[in-house]
Amino acid sequence: MLIQFSVLTEHLDRYLIGLGGTVAASVVSLLASFVLGAMIAVLCITPVKPLQWVGTAYVEFFRNIPLILIAFFVLVGVPLLTGTVLVPFISGLTALTVYTSAFIAEAIRAGIQSVPQGQMEAARSSGLTYLQAMRYVILPQAVRLVIPPLGNQFLNLVKNSSIFTVLSASDLMYQADLINSDTFDTFSTYIFAALFYLILTIPLSFGIRYLERRFPRVKGVEA
Amino acid sequence: MDFVGAWSPVNIQFLLSGFLITLKVALVSIVASFTISVVIGTVRYAQVPVFGKLCAVIVETVRNLPLLLIIFFTYFALPEIGIKLDKFTAAVIALVIFESAMISEIVRGGLNGVEKGLTEAGRSSGLTSVQTLKHIVLPIALRRMVPPLVSQFISLLKDTSLAVVIALPELMNHVQIINGHNINYVIPTFLFAAFLYFTINYLLSIVSRKLENKHT
Repeated sequence: MLIQFSVLTEHLDRYLIGLGGTVAASVVSLLASFVLGAMIAVLCITPVKPLQWVGTAYVEFFRNIPLILIAFFVLVGVPLLTGTVLVPFISGLTALTVYTSAFIAEAIRAGIQSVPQGQMEAARSSGLTYLQAMRYVILPQAVRLVIPPLGNQFLNLVKNSSIFTVLSASDLMYQADLINSDTFDTFSTYIFAALFYLILTIPLSFGIRYLERRFPRVKGVEA
Repeated sequence: MDFVGAWSPVNIQFLLSGFLITLKVALVSIVASFTISVVIGTVRYAQVPVFGKLCAVIVETVRNLPLLLIIFFTYFALPEIGIKLDKFTAAVIALVIFESAMISEIVRGGLNGVEKGLTEAGRSSGLTSVQTLKHIVLPIALRRMVPPLVSQFISLLKDTSLAVVIALPELMNHVQIINGHNINYVIPTFLFAAFLYFTINYLLSIVSRKLENKHT
């Protein structure tokens, strides 16, 4: 028999620990990336030029380099620079957040800028301050446009968190590697790991498709 | 930190030779996965009986798996069932499997975006449905697909770095080797690698933006 079910039954606890790690990593990174991404997006749209450059530079730089490069940098480079060694799980979260926040910042920026300029002008002329206009007029419209790309980023996070294994942080992939070194049944081990990933990602994909139908897609907002 | 030592001609040449492998893997994977994607995307668009559904199931499965898992699988698990691949082939096959699933969705979306009236017009002027697809729908769809395709190619180029887990001698692998030699080289080497990845991907994204403005 090609697939040994004993691999699953005997190591179910490890798979579940790994699954928990993957979920925790994805959820925490999503929240952190959203906060950081929103701040970067604000930098990108401020009228102050130097701040704009900082925001844009962040987005363009981290979107265009591989996640694993960031992960290795956090793992090896950060301790060299700061003298503190991070817990593997925290290293992983940091790398994921730095990377994902660039994509989220871009989605938020595009969402805000796709609200027609006239809306801001109208709000300002009716006596709202810039912040009030943002809060009550622009952001409520932008949020609807940002939701589908955020869903996509969450799906990417679940998949990208698999790099935790190269940092020896406990996620599904890492636990699968441990199971593999016990059982030497690589084929079955990874097939079951794949199944656990699909349990997370397939419902997520369907959810995203629902969101995309519900909220219209905007030009310039990357999925 | 030792920038001069880390960026010695020998090291730079070593990193560039790794980058060349990165580009080679990326290029082969882009050509192969794009070709496969056009076929899969078209089969799904045309709702070919049985094959359409089959492609849908495969695409949905592969798209929802981490690429890292697929790379581990092609290199470490396939030998167990008698398929032994060298590192380059294993990395390329893993990338092609994953990216074909991603790109075929772009192709399908592009085809679905072409106005139905064009198909009807093609059919009523006497073209067969295959001819309509080949001469009218696909060319229009492909042109509109360029921006998302380029984004996906950028992802692919970045994703080649995951092959570091099977020690394919690409850029990330060479970074690791240099970093292992001298701790003072770590930061400068990372910076140089980031510079290489950033430059090529940023150029691609500029090209994509230019094309986007041209086509919309």
